[in-house]
Amino acid sequence: MLSKIGFLASAEVGASPVIPKPAEIIVGFVAFGILFLLIRARAVPRFEKAYKDRTEAIEGGLERAEIAQREAAAALQMYKAQLADARGEAAKLREEARAEGSVILEQMRTTAQEEAMRITASARASIDAERQAAFNSLLNEVGALATELASRIVGESLDDAARQSRVVERFLADVEKSQ
Amino acid sequence: MRGLWIQANPGFVPPSSADFDFQPIFGDSILFTKPVLLVFLSVILAGSFFTLSARKAAIVPSKLQFAGESIYTFIRNELGRDVIGPEFMRFVPFLFSLFIFILTNNVFGIVPLLQFPTMSHIGFPIGVTIFSYVTYHYVAIKKHGLGKYVKDICFMPGIPKPVYLILTPVELLTYLVTRPLTLSMRLFANMFAGHLLLLVFTLGGEYLLTSGLILKFLSLFSFSFAIGLSFFELGIQALQAYIFTLLTALYIAGALADEH
Repeated sequence: MLSKIGFLASAEVGASPVIPKPAEIIVGFVAFGILFLLIRARAVPRFEKAYKDRTEAIEGGLERAEIAQREAAAALQMYKAQLADARGEAAKLREEARAEGSVILEQMRTTAQEEAMRITASARASIDAERQAAFNSLLNEVGALATELASRIVGESLDDAARQSRVVERFLADVEKSQ
Repeated sequence: MRGLWIQANPGFVPPSSADFDFQPIFGDSILFTKPVLLVFLSVILAGSFFTLSARKAAIVPSKLQFAGESIYTFIRNELGRDVIGPEFMRFVPFLFSLFIFILTNNVFGIVPLLQFPTMSHIGFPIGVTIFSYVTYHYVAIKKHGLGKYVKDICFMPGIPKPVYLILTPVELLTYLVTRPLTLSMRLFANMFAGHLLLLVFTLGGEYLLTSGLILKFLSLFSFSFAIGLSFFELGIQALQAYIFTLLTALYIAGALADEH
């Protein structure tokens, strides 16, 4: 047995192996105590740290992904809201423009009608005035013509009716020619 | 001629408990005997191995860290978390030290040149058992108070009164004597018997070598059996370290439980 080469077994025989040697109890106690303190101070906290770091590295990644997802969802929500706002704004503007346009159209129509009526009225007035003028000048001319006609009739012999009508017709043809 | 072939050397001395007694290597203090030196060697080996493997505490472990961490995680989760429950973390350093201390000292039994399981000297298991013993009593007294703890042991709730006549002495004996006694005895006896078994086959083989030719040949079987048994012993050594730690964890769990 190799253990017996370096370490000779005691010659003392008869000490029962179940009777503990007090020195060995103390050695076992102290040795384990030293190991315990060492392990508690230097090994367990480091192992726990590695364990915790690893857990955090895994869960942290998941959590970061979740946060990113939430942010993306929030951004999407925001953009949608902005888009809806913009659409509402555009619709409102269109509505306003339409209302404004119809107002303008109404105004223009009114203005145009007024203008038309004004033009119509002035045209009518000038027509009236011209007709009045024409009537007046006609009155004068008819008077002069009548006077001249009468003088010619009087100058000719008014003996028969045929002659008279010839005179009148000639007179009218002259008038037409002179006009 | 025939006598020469199977002649048995008459001087065979079977291994006995005397083979477990060692003289000091130098001086005459018991502190310099092989078992005591082995115990301190175990502290150095186990302490440095797990300190070194834990040193970097990297998220992606090296092989060394992985080796140390695997054993640590096993004790932490299987014996700490699963047995003790939510308060397990403060007992993990103790349970872990317990396991690696006993395991290292046991495995010395089959390490070439060392070849002596230190726990086969009953003094060492007793020294360790003191820790378990004090721990589980202390935990219970701190949690429930001395009065309630003693009362719970002596008068287990929910039992018909006459039964206490038998149960109370048994329970007292269990908590105060049987538990520490069996803890240290189990470990000691297993290591003692295992070492004795290896001695029988190794010394037997050695003896056969000094005998006649046929017996010399037979020593081969004796030695191979010793080698086979060494692996068997490795299993027992690990198992005993595990059982000692498991029972300690169970006693602590019992001390923390609301009712015994």
